[in-house]
Amino acid sequence: MGDVTKLIHHYLRHDKKFPHVWCPGCGIGIILGALIRAIDHRGYEKDDIVLVSGIGCTGRLPVYVDFNTLHTTHGRALTFATGIKLAKPRLKVIVVMGDGDAVAIGGNHFIHAARRNIDLTAVIVNNSVYGMTGGQYSPTTPYGMKTATSVYSNVEHSFSISELAVTAGAVFVGRGTVYHAKLLESLMEKAFQKVGFSVVEIISHCHTQYGRMNRMGSAVEMMQWQRDHAVTMEKAAQMNEEDLKDMFRIGVLVDRDLPPYQDEYERVRRWSKGVEGK
Amino acid sequence: MKKKPLKERLLQGNEAVVEGALRAGCRFFAGYPITPATEISEQLSVRLPQVDGTFIQMEDEIASLGAVIGASLAGVKSMTATSGPGFSLMQENLGFAIIAEVPCVVVNAMRGGPSTGLPTSPAQSDVMQARWGTHGDHPIIVLCPSTVRECFDLTVRAFNYSEKYRIPVILLIDEVVAHMREKVMISDEEDIEVFNRVRPTMPPEWYIPYEDTPQGVPAMADFGEGYRYHVTGLTHDVRGFPTSRPDEVDPFIRRLFRKVSQNFADLQMGEHFHIDDADVAIIAYGCVARSAKRAVSDCRERGIKAGMLKLNTLWPFMRTDVEKVLRQAKVVIVPEMNMGQISREVKRVNKGEAKVFTINRVDGTIITPQEIMARIKEVF
Repeated sequence: MGDVTKLIHHYLRHDKKFPHVWCPGCGIGIILGALIRAIDHRGYEKDDIVLVSGIGCTGRLPVYVDFNTLHTTHGRALTFATGIKLAKPRLKVIVVMGDGDAVAIGGNHFIHAARRNIDLTAVIVNNSVYGMTGGQYSPTTPYGMKTATSVYSNVEHSFSISELAVTAGAVFVGRGTVYHAKLLESLMEKAFQKVGFSVVEIISHCHTQYGRMNRMGSAVEMMQWQRDHAVTMEKAAQMNEEDLKDMFRIGVLVDRDLPPYQDEYERVRRWSKGVEGK
Repeated sequence: MKKKPLKERLLQGNEAVVEGALRAGCRFFAGYPITPATEISEQLSVRLPQVDGTFIQMEDEIASLGAVIGASLAGVKSMTATSGPGFSLMQENLGFAIIAEVPCVVVNAMRGGPSTGLPTSPAQSDVMQARWGTHGDHPIIVLCPSTVRECFDLTVRAFNYSEKYRIPVILLIDEVVAHMREKVMISDEEDIEVFNRVRPTMPPEWYIPYEDTPQGVPAMADFGEGYRYHVTGLTHDVRGFPTSRPDEVDPFIRRLFRKVSQNFADLQMGEHFHIDDADVAIIAYGCVARSAKRAVSDCRERGIKAGMLKLNTLWPFMRTDVEKVLRQAKVVIVPEMNMGQISREVKRVNKGEAKVFTINRVDGTIITPQEIMARIKEVF
């Protein structure tokens, strides 16, 4: 058996009725592959992993993999994950969300989970659009782009998920793309290793909706776009603002150490019992 | 071992909820400040860490119920407490707990509405929201105390039912009962039945997480105990995987109803006060039942055969008990601090045996015994 086949047999659910829901060429397949390889490389037990998601194309990811899996309500994955982590801190909690799920309907939960430094990893698939519902604009749809609800042009300004995460207090933030699959795997591994709230943002593509409406071509062409517009953090540091205008940075945006919520709360428990003075 | 005597304590309704929750084994609370439920949060923030539990104040009520469901999936008994506006925000995740069959308790200390309404005044206007607030066909269990001791007992019951039937249970308290102080006897040594969810004992490969059983309640595995399974808000098959096959969807939804409907005897609790020979019967719940009880006693002193059926279980609706009252009494009065949410149910099951009258108060003040007496004189 080849290595890939072994991974498939070990991590995919044999009793789940395939085929999956994603369009041919979707970036989520590559992301799922990177996620499984990163988990395998870390050597976690399947029983110890809880994979949580919200609603949307990315929300369908957990059902295919053989962990403790939870498909929650739209935007609320991080709140469920917070309860799981605090109730059973020994579990490794990973949350997968799309851009609409994480920073539109779930935006408030996102900044507060980061602020609290809940010890989990948020994997955010940013394809700039609501794919499952037919391609409506999201908070990460760039200004001037066409979507099913901005057929004339999007007049809203997007924000950066990664920079939002840094500002909100995440201890690790990495950005990758579907094109840079090896980098993605290593960013996920670093995020999983990190104690505290870690974020991996992945620039992905939705050729079925977003790409079609903006004449960006096939999945392959959209991945080539990712390749041509991504700049590593190191390279970006040597570039001026003008050259970086239409580009986005990939790599590790922040990596810092702060005590996670469960450790802080353990102190609360000790104070409450009078074991330790404040 | 000799048991210590019951300790007499002066407690608020909300404080008794806290005592009940801790006795029932609640070890996780997530909530958001709101009047008149805040005392529950404040006290659990002190008490839970002392027993190695967890209290967390979330960013809103949506997040609160989300965290509660997550903690319950990890195997910890969990609760949240709120009032009308927060209860509205919780409705979507409440539906999740119903479809995914995750035990949890939601306390709603009712205040006047709609919207921000009357934050510090009592009402009973969330009775129908508690029943039908979340979308889709679903069963629900809703309990309603009218004394401080009942706040304790029904909180324990709420946890027991949620664990036994894998369903969220709503404790509807009105602002009066939540904030009222009464002398109660509560002791740590008192024998109180505490039910814990049935967990699977078979090898993980044999575990079917949403399998039908005679009780209609599948065994529930905690996350992280070797039973890796899928939990979703989508309609799912017995393995927990999403399905839209009519032959799988139909039995699933019917099972959700069956686990409640075949256990009415266990779930329906009320108090019968001079009801057996009553010509005038009052059907009441919450703080109004206190006034009704007084009105019944006053009537009896004056030779009027009055009685009361107090509902402690609002949903599933106590149809059998109510029908008995309708057959016995000539006149039935349903006083409520709303425009007629339970009286509507009473009228629905009335086959014309009794005349049903209402008293509706929606001004943020309580219904007094005098008011009920006056209504009795008017209609009987």
